[in-house]
Amino acid sequence: MSAVIKASGLSKRYGKTVALDGVDFEIEGGRIVGLIGPNGAGKTTALKAILGLTDFQGELSVLGLDPRRQRHELMQQVCFIADVAVLPRWMRVAQVIDFVGAVHPRFDRAKCERFLARTKVQMRQRVKELSKGMIVQLHLALVMAIDARLLVLDEPTLGLDILYRKSFYQSLLEDYFDEQKTILVTTHQVEEIEHILTDLMFIRDGKIVLDADMDAVGERFVEVMVNAEHADSARALNPLDERQIFGKNIFLFDGVERARLETLGEVRRPSVADLFVATMKGTYA
Amino acid sequence: MKTFTWLLKREYWEHRGGFLWAPVWTTCAILILTVMGIVTTEVFRIRGNVQMFFNLGRLHSEMDAGDIARAGLTLDYGQLVLTSVLAVVLFFVLFFYLLGALYDDRRDRSVLFWKSLPISDTATVLSKTVTAMLMAPLIALAVATVGYLALLTLVTLWSALHGVNALPVIAAAHPLGMAWRLLLTVPVDALWALPCIGWLLFWSSSVRSKPFLWAVLVPVVAITLNAWFGAMGLPHIDSSTMTSNVGRLLLGIAPGAAWQAQGFGHHGFHDGDIMEQLAPSNVLGTLATPEMWIGVAVGAALIGAAIWFRRWRDDS
Repeated sequence: MSAVIKASGLSKRYGKTVALDGVDFEIEGGRIVGLIGPNGAGKTTALKAILGLTDFQGELSVLGLDPRRQRHELMQQVCFIADVAVLPRWMRVAQVIDFVGAVHPRFDRAKCERFLARTKVQMRQRVKELSKGMIVQLHLALVMAIDARLLVLDEPTLGLDILYRKSFYQSLLEDYFDEQKTILVTTHQVEEIEHILTDLMFIRDGKIVLDADMDAVGERFVEVMVNAEHADSARALNPLDERQIFGKNIFLFDGVERARLETLGEVRRPSVADLFVATMKGTYA
Repeated sequence: MKTFTWLLKREYWEHRGGFLWAPVWTTCAILILTVMGIVTTEVFRIRGNVQMFFNLGRLHSEMDAGDIARAGLTLDYGQLVLTSVLAVVLFFVLFFYLLGALYDDRRDRSVLFWKSLPISDTATVLSKTVTAMLMAPLIALAVATVGYLALLTLVTLWSALHGVNALPVIAAAHPLGMAWRLLLTVPVDALWALPCIGWLLFWSSSVRSKPFLWAVLVPVVAITLNAWFGAMGLPHIDSSTMTSNVGRLLLGIAPGAAWQAQGFGHHGFHDGDIMEQLAPSNVLGTLATPEMWIGVAVGAALIGAAIWFRRWRDDS
């Protein structure tokens, strides 16, 4: 499948600050990509560039379109949820649905109403009368009813409780995602999306520091629980990170032969969160 | 086209309070005050301890054709006054509507929702322009006309209560003619207001915060500096030219501004004067002035700038 998003030399600066520093990446269709990075790493800028919300230097093509010049065509096939608070607060639920239905050629009203029927959101209610969780349910219902090829989610579950967060991603996976669609998501709650991601991208200081699919991540990165007596030989293999739990040392290795590590101790796949912390060490220092 | 209709509908949904209810409640207030006036008159009359200024019955029997014609013109005047009161309300509604039109959704970030839909920024800004040019003024005029009909009914009933037939006076008035003339002022005013609409939309879409301050302070500072240059004997623009042009940027959305700029209504109205001054040829005559079209060009440029900012303004 051809690339849904293709960026090369993507750069953006705000005054003296470099938000994106000549980034190259490609995202294939039918993937769920997590774009993970610390605050201020350039995640939102990258998403804004993809959505044509900001100007940039370099090359970027989204669904074969230039988001700067062909934003209007692009938005027929791209949906995004910026964060919880962006639905107009004065609008009634029925008005939001009427409006999106009228202006969006790929909106399926019945589907939207079916999703909403599972929630407590009422048609007569105004958005400002809904809780944060209900607003996100409404937004998700709107977006899932649009047959878009690319869905961009920027911290879609910020400030929601765990029930809403779980059901948000569950709905996305069960009722929305298929091979025709691509989802690009940024979030700080890495552990909650790790099992749904097919690809992982780490961004730091405007640069992509990791870009791999989850299988490759599992092969490349290995965590080993090492007893104290083997700790020094583990350190000799130049681990990414070292921490201690219950008197055992846990080492994280990048690209070290698995068989060799198995001699040191119990080997397992690192969580994305641990990988993230190890990769981003010293970011705020 | 369908999208544009829905964009207008969207503006109406959000601003129904200003576009519909503000004129409706103002009209209701005027009608209620009228009823209160009538009741007061009746109460004092019944108590009989107050000398009435006139006796309706006698007044009617003594009226000749000229008096009836004059009374009819008074009714026309009443129609104009009622509409003008709503025009003042509309001015304030439009002023703050336009300042917020491209700013409020940036402030509460809902702009990200609107921008997630396949709607061009040009269509968005133009829908707000058309709302200010035509939709809001037409609603206000419709409310004023209905309000005037209610007022006529009230007066007719009150006269009838005293055995007086008000119909000849109403027949001598020109409610339809006036309504038609007032309707004609809407598109002419809309074109005349374009620089003001553009000015307010420009600040609404371009500044990071406080569009009101920018929109008002920039002209005030410009006028002050120009006056100071004049006082210092430095090159400057004639102060009345400056004031009228800058004033148009800020106040051009006031209904009737086009017509007033032609010098009409400055010296009050005399018998039969209103219908004449508001004659279609006078109203449409504004279209033949260069000021009109220079303003349209300035307004179009400002709206173009507002569209550009709407597209590229990055608030992160």
